[in-house]
Amino acid sequence: MRGYRWLAVVPAIGMLGGVPFANRVTPYVFGLPFLLFWVTAWVVLTSAIMCLIYALDRARERDAERGRQ
Amino acid sequence: MNPALLLIGVCFVAALALGIRARRGHAMTLEQWSVGGRGFGTIFVFVLMAGEIYTTFTFLGGSGWAYGKGAPAFYILCYGTLAYGMSYFLLPVIWRYANAHALVSQADFFVHKYDSEALGIVVSLVSVAAMIPYLVLQLKGLGIIVSEASAGAITAGQAVWTGSAVLVIYVVTSGVRGSAWTAVLKDIMILAVALMLGTYLPAHVHGGFGAMFAQIDRAHPGFLTLPRTGMSPAWFISTVALTALGFYMWPHTFGSCYTARDENVFRRNAVVMPLYQLVLLFVFFTGFAALLEVPGLSGTAVDLSLLRVTDHAFGPWMLGVVGAAGLLTALVPGSMLLMSACTILSKNVYAKLAWREVPEAQVTWLARALVPAVALVSVVLTLRGGSTLVLLLLAAYNVVTQLFPALILSLPNRPIATRQGAMAGILAGEATVVALTLTGATMGSLFPSWPTVIADLNVGIVAMAVNVVVLFAVSGLTGRRPTARQTAL
Repeated sequence: MRGYRWLAVVPAIGMLGGVPFANRVTPYVFGLPFLLFWVTAWVVLTSAIMCLIYALDRARERDAERGRQ
Repeated sequence: MNPALLLIGVCFVAALALGIRARRGHAMTLEQWSVGGRGFGTIFVFVLMAGEIYTTFTFLGGSGWAYGKGAPAFYILCYGTLAYGMSYFLLPVIWRYANAHALVSQADFFVHKYDSEALGIVVSLVSVAAMIPYLVLQLKGLGIIVSEASAGAITAGQAVWTGSAVLVIYVVTSGVRGSAWTAVLKDIMILAVALMLGTYLPAHVHGGFGAMFAQIDRAHPGFLTLPRTGMSPAWFISTVALTALGFYMWPHTFGSCYTARDENVFRRNAVVMPLYQLVLLFVFFTGFAALLEVPGLSGTAVDLSLLRVTDHAFGPWMLGVVGAAGLLTALVPGSMLLMSACTILSKNVYAKLAWREVPEAQVTWLARALVPAVALVSVVLTLRGGSTLVLLLLAAYNVVTQLFPALILSLPNRPIATRQGAMAGILAGEATVVALTLTGATMGSLFPSWPTVIADLNVGIVAMAVNVVVLFAVSGLTGRRPTARQTAL
């Protein structure tokens, strides 16, 4: 099962689905207005989530290779 | 001659010289430009990948929209990020199939998947139709840079002619592709300029990012959030979603995935590339700083904001450096687009439509002969149109995104669409795009009684819906028998 791959839809839901709620100026985070902080945070989180999926995929592939040997 | 024009001129001559040198050795293909020249070391590859994001569009258009529209500009940060996430799953599938069948172009993929030469020609024409506005965008950028650097001595109209002459000369002298070194030069310059402007202006002129944004919020309430109507959250979400789907439908990005060594290249890119998007933040910062420093630009003039604020804060020498960087961001992608459009017209359209076998030399000759012709068409469109850079790119994306349903439905082992369905869907989608563009329709004008949430949606959704409905209807009517090639994977 590669159910963890569904994590990839999280950035789309978070970044876009959150926009109606994050559409505000305050609080400023790191000097950024909140909406800009929100989308920027999701850019970083997208990278983190894809990294996690990649690591899990690699681990699976290594297991599969070991299984074959 | 003022220092700004001088620097830009020197930069152009340097680019030409590098291009001419490149003819002798390592010529760079459109595919390599996109994928980031794998012949280079790690650092070069990183620089190239970072630079892939920066065309005239992001540089002048991104800052222009931050200046002119405010928060809606943030969409530029979002669509690429989501597209990279999608690429983790999409590109390996495309790569495996293309590799197994030795495919070369984007059109080949459709031809092979649907076993239809006609579909290949349609896809080729669609991609050229999308590349023209993208090219117009680069020409407009060139025109803006030359005209601003000359402090208005050269009018925008003259600058567009100059800019396209420059582009044609560049393409013709540097052979087919131009130089990988020009791309590297461009990426280093653009990265340095974006980071420098985006940190210096807010920090030194306005006392930091927070202080700058607070000042903007006081002077222009509501500017840092999406408006309630118009470019509202509904517009934002639908535009990001549509544009993300179209991201890999460009012939150059699509073709670039063929050249990867293995599938892990795409997976690693999906992890790293979103982070490169962050440099866009500094482009936005520059646009926002310009709003406070050089207020009063409106309409298409917002695209001038980055150059104006540079001139205002640093003077003509720095304007020359930024202009030179801008020249390269227009020249490198512009030459790739121009050459690629001409090659597709010659190789994937003319040679396929001809009754007889067309010799290779004739295809090459025609591609080269088309360069000034396509450039001329683009110049005429540039001079006629009154759109900002961002609006031009959105129009181009509407055209190219129509390829997405036919592509995605061809991927499963048992394809969901038939060749007639794919063809009908693309044609219906494009017809809708043309009709919507010509009439200037919006969701609000099409469905006046519907709530604003729907009225604000990107009108491209209508074309996409027409495309998908026609695709399924025609596929249903023409049966779902997969061809031998399709079941082979």
